[in-house]
Amino acid sequence: MTAVASASHADAVPLLTVEGLRCVFDVSKPWLNRVLEGASKQSLQAVDDVSFFIPKGETFALVGESGSGKSTIAKMIVGLLRPTNGEIRFDGTDITKVGNAAEMRRLRRRFQMIFQDPYASLNPRMRVDTIIAEPLRAFGILSEDGAIATRVAELLRLVRLDPADGVKFPHEFSGGQRQRIAIARALAGNPEFLVCDEPTSALDVSVQAQILNLMKDLQAEFGLTYLLISHNLAVVRHMATRVGVLYLGRLVEVAPSRQLFTAPRHPYTRMLLDAVPDLAMSGRQRLPVQGEIPNPITPPSGCFYHPRCPLANERCTQERPALVPAAEGYVACHAVAEGRAA
Amino acid sequence: MTETSEALLEVRDLVVEFPTRRGILRAVDQISFSLMPGEVLGLVGESGAGKSLTGTALIGLLEPPGRIASGTVRLKGQQINGLPPEELRKIRGRRIGMVFQDPLTSLNPLYRVGEQLIETIRTHLPLSEAEARQRAVDLLMEVGIPAAERRLDSYPHEFSGGMRQRVVIALALAAEPELVIADEPTTALDVSVQAQIIAVLKRLCREKNTAVILITHDMGVIAETADRVAVMYAGRIVEIGPVRDVIKSPRHPYTKGLMGSIPDPEAEAERLIQIPGSMPRLTHIPKGCAFNPRCGFANDQCRTERPPVRAVGKGSVACFLDEAQLTALSLEARR
Ligand SMILES: Nc1ncnc2c1ncn2[C@@H]1O[C@H](COP(=O)(O)OP(=O)(O)O)[C@@H](O)[C@H]1O
Ligand SMILES: Nc1ncnc2c1ncn2[C@@H]1O[C@H](COP(=O)(O)OP(=O)(O)O)[C@@H](O)[C@H]1O
Ligand code: SF4
Ligand code: SF4
Ligand SMILES: [Mg+2]
Ligand SMILES: [Mg+2]
Repeated sequence: MTAVASASHADAVPLLTVEGLRCVFDVSKPWLNRVLEGASKQSLQAVDDVSFFIPKGETFALVGESGSGKSTIAKMIVGLLRPTNGEIRFDGTDITKVGNAAEMRRLRRRFQMIFQDPYASLNPRMRVDTIIAEPLRAFGILSEDGAIATRVAELLRLVRLDPADGVKFPHEFSGGQRQRIAIARALAGNPEFLVCDEPTSALDVSVQAQILNLMKDLQAEFGLTYLLISHNLAVVRHMATRVGVLYLGRLVEVAPSRQLFTAPRHPYTRMLLDAVPDLAMSGRQRLPVQGEIPNPITPPSGCFYHPRCPLANERCTQERPALVPAAEGYVACHAVAEGRAA
Repeated sequence: MTETSEALLEVRDLVVEFPTRRGILRAVDQISFSLMPGEVLGLVGESGAGKSLTGTALIGLLEPPGRIASGTVRLKGQQINGLPPEELRKIRGRRIGMVFQDPLTSLNPLYRVGEQLIETIRTHLPLSEAEARQRAVDLLMEVGIPAAERRLDSYPHEFSGGMRQRVVIALALAAEPELVIADEPTTALDVSVQAQIIAVLKRLCREKNTAVILITHDMGVIAETADRVAVMYAGRIVEIGPVRDVIKSPRHPYTKGLMGSIPDPEAEAERLIQIPGSMPRLTHIPKGCAFNPRCGFANDQCRTERPPVRAVGKGSVACFLDEAQLTALSLEARR
């Protein structure tokens, strides 16, 4: 799958390259139960050989339904979880192999993460200005109190909050304001890369619009690169340059956003797009959704999508389809490769 | 908001309040609407708008100290708010079915799905055990549960989230009610499962001519399902009308902002329309029009007087702007 990772589209310089990423969780029952019940060890492949790259200044989105491995990928990229296999190269350095703590700290400052629930990620007992100042102190960016206060005020203004709000505590803010605080904290160390895991999924649409607009403004102003994780296809279409679609831990399609939404190739992508409610009330014909996502501990053989796929044949039940180039993207589907998918 | 004697449900000036130490909080503030047999009414709005409380007030399930302070709820002309609890209990299940966001609200984890269905059927319909069992199988088949006969013996936790919600729909429809109130029935589900659940709910209610009040924050779900839609903001209905009108050419400034803030899955746009601020807490509902601090058109009158609901086009709008201004807004909002 090296082709996917190193493919150059336009004059893109990848800031982040993920290659052959895999994460296997041990989901066995406790040892004693296994002995007593004669149960065997069980594992769950949450992320299965995933490769993609993100050029500087672009937004790459990962979409997929719950359990498809989105958050696991995000956590591996920001170092909250160790990959079972694979490489994560940030600006040329494989961050899974950095042994030197000082170098890791230097790298860590350059990428940050924003989570779905801003409340859970903000210490409720800390004042907002202290929360935002934390990375400034931790990374040794600033140490003098006056300079820190100036920078915190600047960050609050950047996320369209009042610098006077710094003295308040997280619970005094609405959900959208808390997400702004989380963004201000993430931006404190002038990162180049932000991993945003469902950043607006807990927010109302009118507040979501504020946050999405803010994210776009910040990207334009600072040339930020985003990995946006979302189950919301409309949000992804609005934000992303390129999109990767995950199904049960595997990438099934990667394509420029417009291509993915106007000419999806993979049968799963097509089903997913058809399932989105028709807000435009166009009355377009849509295929009904077949079946459900299988148990990830005992996934189907061959192509994981075969039990639900209208184009499945014998080969699909046996052989995992590789991610191969298709138009300006990549698709993992035998029917597409064989020219059977209309 | 015309009321006719054929209406299935008529809600008039419904007010839901919470007495607290710091005074009385009004969560639902004089809302009125009606529903025809077989009609699907969407109740939409952002969180805290008062949608769920409206739903629970209609069926007498408000948790104290929450209470209906004034207003009436009539089912086929009969006032049902204020009925003794046991009479309300008979109406729930028999004449009004319910589906909540979390299927486990409606399902008892300790009993097999079949037992729960059969019990509900026999509570409301004069059927024998064997007849009720057959009806339970039929219902599970109708909601699309494979191997329905065998699944009667399964416990709720043995079903996926989507399958559980299908069981809840089967339960809600078990006694062939005239009305189903579904509160965010697909919010916890993935989009593909949501599509399946909406399809089932729509098909069955159409087949059985069951009216539905579909409560959701998701305009897409409303667009797919509803005949009419009522938009709630801070406990009030700000706009109500045929679904196509409200979605394609919203008139009220809030509805217009709400629609503009939704990313369009059909097209890309650089920026989304954004409404400043967020839904007020109950303790801080602004005077006059509750939307005034967030509204680009607010004037002095909006800050002091509450705008009355008045008919505009095929619907109604609660806003001081005149008809020409509202129509101009709606033309601008047209997608
Ligand atoms: N710590 C863990 N232990 C075991 N399984 C896990 C763990 N974290 C995630 N999983 C499983 O891995 C899969 C992917 O999860 P996740 O990455 O959270 O998906 P998503 O974010 O796309 O919803 C799911 O099946 C989930 O249950
Ligand atoms: N038991 C309660 N006591 C006080 N306030 C409540 C209670 N239940 C709900 N509320 C408030 O009433 C408002 C409307 O709630 P709800 O009907 O659940 O909104 P929605 O369903 O539209 O999100 C919210 O501001 C909520 O905080
Ligand atoms: S590989 Fe086969 S089963 Fe998988 S998506 Fe393609 S056609 Fe369907
Ligand atoms: S009544 Fe006034 S504040 Fe309220 S929506 Fe209309 S113009 Fe805006
Ligand atoms: Mg996740
Ligand atoms: Mg609710």
